[in-house]
Amino acid sequence: MPGKLKVKIVAGRHLPVMDRASDLTDAFVEVKFGNTTFKTDVYLKSLNPQWNSEWFKFEVDDEDLQDEPLQITVLDHDTYSANDAIGKVYIDIDPLLYSEAATVISGWFPIYDTIHGIRGEINVVVKVDLFNDLNRFRQSSCGVKFFCTTSIPKCYRAVIIHGFVEELVVNEDPEYQWIDRIRTPRASNEARQRLISLMSGELQRKIGLKVLEMRGNAVVGYLQCFDLEGESGLVVRAIGTACTLDKLSSPAAFLPACNSPSKEMKEIPFNEDPNPNTHSSGPSTPLKNQTYSFSPSKSYSRQSSSSDTDLSLTPKTGMGSGSAGKEGGPFKALLRQQTQSALEQREFPFFTLTAFPPGFLVHVGGVVSARSVKLLDRIHNPDEPETRDAWWAEIRQEIKSHAKALGCHAVVGYSESTSICEEVCILSASGTAAVLNPRFLQDGTVEGCLEQRLEENLPTRCGFCHIPYDELNMPFPAHLTYCYNCRKQKVPDVLFTTIDLPTDATVIGKGCLIQARLCRLKKKAQAEANATAISNLLPFMEYEVHTQLMNKLKLKGMNALFGLRIQITVGENMLMGLASATGVYLAALPTPGGIQIAGKTPNDGSYEQHISHMQKKINDTIAKNKELYEISPPEISEEIIGSPIPEPRQRSRLLRSQSESSDEVTELDLSHGKKDAFVLEIDDTDAMEDVHSLLTDVPPPSGFYSCNTEIMPGINNWTSEIQMFTSVRVIRLSSLNLTNQALNKNFNDLCENLLKSLYFKLRSMIPCCLCHVNFTVSLPEDELIQVTVTAVAITFDKNQALQTTKTHVEKSLQRASTDNEELLQFPLELCSDSLSSHPLPPAKEHLESASSNSGIPAAQRAVTVEKASPVGDGNFRNRSAPPCANSTVGVVKMTPLSFIPGAKITKYLGIINMFFIRETTSLREEGGVSGFLHAFIAEVFAMVRAHVAALGGNAVVSYIMKQCVFMENPNKNQAQCLINVSGDAVVFVRESDLEVVSTQQPTANCQSSCTEGEVTT
Amino acid sequence: MLGPGARSGISALPEVAWRRHARPQQCPARGARAPGVAMTSELDIFVGNTTLIDEDVYRLWLDGYSVTDAVALRVRSGILEQTGATAAVLQSDTMDHYRTFHMLERLLHAPPKLLHQLIFQIPPSRQALLIERYYAFDEAFVREVLGKKLSKGTKKDLDDISTKTGITLKSCRRQFDNFKRVFKVVEEMRGSLVDNIQQHFLLSDRLARDYAAIVFFANNRFETGKKKLQYLSFGDFAFCAELMIQNWTLGAVDSQMDDMDMDLDKEFLQDLKELKVLVADKDLLDLHKSLVCTALRGKLGVFSEMEANFKNLSRGLVNVAAKLTHNKDVRDLFVDLVEKFVEPCRSDHWPLSDVRFFLNQYSASVHSLDGFRHQTLWDRYMGTLHGCLLRLYHD
Repeated sequence: MPGKLKVKIVAGRHLPVMDRASDLTDAFVEVKFGNTTFKTDVYLKSLNPQWNSEWFKFEVDDEDLQDEPLQITVLDHDTYSANDAIGKVYIDIDPLLYSEAATVISGWFPIYDTIHGIRGEINVVVKVDLFNDLNRFRQSSCGVKFFCTTSIPKCYRAVIIHGFVEELVVNEDPEYQWIDRIRTPRASNEARQRLISLMSGELQRKIGLKVLEMRGNAVVGYLQCFDLEGESGLVVRAIGTACTLDKLSSPAAFLPACNSPSKEMKEIPFNEDPNPNTHSSGPSTPLKNQTYSFSPSKSYSRQSSSSDTDLSLTPKTGMGSGSAGKEGGPFKALLRQQTQSALEQREFPFFTLTAFPPGFLVHVGGVVSARSVKLLDRIHNPDEPETRDAWWAEIRQEIKSHAKALGCHAVVGYSESTSICEEVCILSASGTAAVLNPRFLQDGTVEGCLEQRLEENLPTRCGFCHIPYDELNMPFPAHLTYCYNCRKQKVPDVLFTTIDLPTDATVIGKGCLIQARLCRLKKKAQAEANATAISNLLPFMEYEVHTQLMNKLKLKGMNALFGLRIQITVGENMLMGLASATGVYLAALPTPGGIQIAGKTPNDGSYEQHISHMQKKINDTIAKNKELYEISPPEISEEIIGSPIPEPRQRSRLLRSQSESSDEVTELDLSHGKKDAFVLEIDDTDAMEDVHSLLTDVPPPSGFYSCNTEIMPGINNWTSEIQMFTSVRVIRLSSLNLTNQALNKNFNDLCENLLKSLYFKLRSMIPCCLCHVNFTVSLPEDELIQVTVTAVAITFDKNQALQTTKTHVEKSLQRASTDNEELLQFPLELCSDSLSSHPLPPAKEHLESASSNSGIPAAQRAVTVEKASPVGDGNFRNRSAPPCANSTVGVVKMTPLSFIPGAKITKYLGIINMFFIRETTSLREEGGVSGFLHAFIAEVFAMVRAHVAALGGNAVVSYIMKQCVFMENPNKNQAQCLINVSGDAVVFVRESDLEVVSTQQPTANCQSSCTEGEVTT
Repeated sequence: MLGPGARSGISALPEVAWRRHARPQQCPARGARAPGVAMTSELDIFVGNTTLIDEDVYRLWLDGYSVTDAVALRVRSGILEQTGATAAVLQSDTMDHYRTFHMLERLLHAPPKLLHQLIFQIPPSRQALLIERYYAFDEAFVREVLGKKLSKGTKKDLDDISTKTGITLKSCRRQFDNFKRVFKVVEEMRGSLVDNIQQHFLLSDRLARDYAAIVFFANNRFETGKKKLQYLSFGDFAFCAELMIQNWTLGAVDSQMDDMDMDLDKEFLQDLKELKVLVADKDLLDLHKSLVCTALRGKLGVFSEMEANFKNLSRGLVNVAAKLTHNKDVRDLFVDLVEKFVEPCRSDHWPLSDVRFFLNQYSASVHSLDGFRHQTLWDRYMGTLHGCLLRLYHD
């Protein structure tokens, strides 16, 4: 019985009128957790009831605490008939389960009804008393921190990055149960909301368990999605990267020892096995030796030797996914590869991160992706996860083999997605093949890594561009040159990746958003035939998307894509492909060649003229773009570089494959044969259209930039003004003689018009950059195309923006607001400190730390506080208080980025993961489809903000709207929409306010690090 | 759950369904189209974490323009040239704003709700702007309804007012409903009228005072629409209303009464009859005249006219007071003041400074009338009237 949940219902306000006669409401509240329900008294005749209830106490297992949401229902008491529900609030209490995050949830929550939307607000206080769980074989994973952020969270430091975790749970979709025929839409929606909430909780708990088995304490880059499979069920799946994180300001983080002092120190108060980590002799070794003696294989064997005393660390559970680990293959592999790098021992060496600690990323190979078409009605046992697990395992295996073919042992920036239409489902996975620095991946000291990194990697900022594969044994025909930066290593002519631009990369000019858009009609078909048709179309789509991307990249005069995301959406009668990426000019890569147009019928004079006219237009556009994006690479004469390696030219770094339900895998060569130059052949009207469409992409108006990565290269002085937004458009195609060409044009116009609208709407923020522009396409019905965009507009200071920083030092300043440099500088400084100015052997220091709970002498601690100070709760509350006296609602910022410009994130309060359904039977009255969805999205934002504010936070970072499923039936005056959003609730402090806060006592640090103890074990 | 089916055309312009004046419209062309394939926009929304408020569009919305008209007006303003946007973009943007405003309207009806609601995150300065602009009114409109009963009957007249003033019917409705809403809320409240309005509608001091005047006029149904009153502005009436609220209402004597600032002090009005003696008693009248004339001799450009007219003017002013016991006469207060005082003076071309001299002396000399016992009453009456008359005295 490890937890006591306490809930107090304080008051309500702005309640709807439930009694027409009196224009008032007799409201009371039901508080439900698990199977226990409490009720408040009825507060008669008021729209602003003051219940001020007692503390309702629930005594529950922590397993339930993780799975179940707290459910608060506000009702109107009716003496004669059934009580009417006003609405509900679901509160995820997970943030209260790890001690570093929020300690109390308290605030006004919108009361939400799936039919009526928000109906007033309720003030609730929630607390959790957790008892220590001594049971080793527990099912809960309380204490594992979750982050949506796809980089190491700002106030943490990665000690170890363990690797990929995934989980998948399946349930029957309440909307497809027989009971749905007799229950009300409200009951059905609520059942669905509750189920997904439960499943998310369960999923998170299971992933947490895997993380604990891997001895991690956090999941970074956590991405949870749900698939509405329809008849066959409802799937909630999640992937993430398990890590061991250390709070930057906690003293334990600066102990020289690698893996154990912090753990031991924390374990003592909990009376656990006093020496669980048999290899914790580490601390007694002098730091320097230890650092360099850590070879990957050694570390691994140590880890496994210790597994007998700790949670069982069998390769199966510890290294990979539970679902696919049953094959037993990985175990053998592990034994075989003990001498290889730690990464290759993992079943899936995947990382959902898109930005990395310095030195982590060694080389980048290119984008790897895999798709597979599946039939949902062929699932043998739809209620069990096995089939889906096998599907995903298969795809991951493919990804892994692609990465291997590129000479890479890992995949970074990894993500998975699905697209479902009726019984057909396309599973997609993509990532960037990479070679990583193995020292981050095991129980080694990061301090050591950092030192070494400085020696090894600093001179080669271009290192990540260098090819990881063998030049003589290339996986595909490629055109290599010597790196334009170091002149030593080979680099490809273009580089496609799914990750963010590494901070130390040298970029010339600014970047820009590049999109490839494509539609393909397909015949309506059933089951197998349909799946085959789709499977046959996929390779062509990928090929064309890739060609478009390449053409547009060349047209922009750039040579690399970051943040590439290719989305293939399946509909009844068409397939849509949308690829978004941020193009940049990497200094290390060669200057891209132009685009040449060739006609097929060279004898026709007027045709020739036309071609040359087009050629001129293209050349002009390239020149204009170079000017626009300030791309002016230094001229390098060919002799210095050396002649290009005489390989057939190729433009593809994209290794991809697709398979259909029959599991047949086809490889596709995306290189355009053996053509010598980049030539567009115009042999028919289609090709002509393609060239035209290339030229119709209008650049953003002056003062605007856009990218789909976190930040824009070349802009480094963001102001604090940010505006996050979601825009949705649905267009209807009138399906008379639809052709691919017309469809492409429509889709292209839709996206372009949407972007134009955004630029217009945000014109008051100029100069400004749209960051993290995230397009999602869906095909809700036959002739409908829905595009959803979420992004953040950030203004910047124009004067300084024009200076392009080129040196590394300046580069890091570019991210000043993200306090990234602290990751690097801080530990280094303290390490050297502890070595030079404190001649104590580490062991002694360790002892001292165990007794005093603080490993760092006071002098050093002071430094700690100054540099990165955590703030006590009290301070946060003050800080998050509204700046204006007359408004009681505090401002909560939302951003899809992992940071807030001009501010410092001081605390992560927990993950926000919310799912809402809204339905209406009076669509016209609510303003039609636009009115309905506009109101709903505004309500979703409001509920996210309210939850963050109740946790004591003032912002959501890494916010993402993962799903926005919209269905309408105007004939019946009905519409329904499902939205799933997530993000990290944080507390931030404006950089200008920081001095005030830094008068924090260091004692708070000790405490936070001690409580962290339960996390790391 | 929702089956596919053919659609009606409602989604092109969602407001149409619930906005009476909006004309059914065709969806505008979105960019160039390929022949044979048309695409129509079903849904088009933009939601910001901070609600975007475009002041210009807000004004157009408040002025009651339909989306089409608003787009046309924006095009005329040259915004397309400035921003390089297309008409389709402008249409989409205008619709978005209109939708937002429509959603905000419910909250604007009770401004404190706008501050406490969680759905729209709006910076406080913007909230204030939204409220202030929503409650702002047109001079032309307020002059039409000032002093009228804020009832359904009047609402029917809004059509005529709209035609007469050129203000859209929608805007007239909003303004009228604002007056009525404020009236209803503060009607039976204790305490200062201005404070109550400010507290419940969060208006600026200036606007709250204007509303106090509107509410006061509506409550007492002062006639303001007569032809001879047309030369008066809303400001003139508001000024008088403020003086009257300060001096003639229950609130002027007792600050704990319901309705204290809205109803005139009945007892006071009753007492005003006592002033009649100033004109009924011939000696008193003569004495009063001689006191005034002595004091003003040589100081007034229109002395002779004043001397000739004194008795008429005095009778006029005192009779107005004596009549105020009847509701009908209360309503005609401004008509009477203009007829009995402003017009005679104006026909003799009194300069404003002379009017001021005269009124000062006229009020003050009463204190020297030994036989007159109602000095306080006189001051309460004349103090206010003095200010009002000066304000009313212009062309």
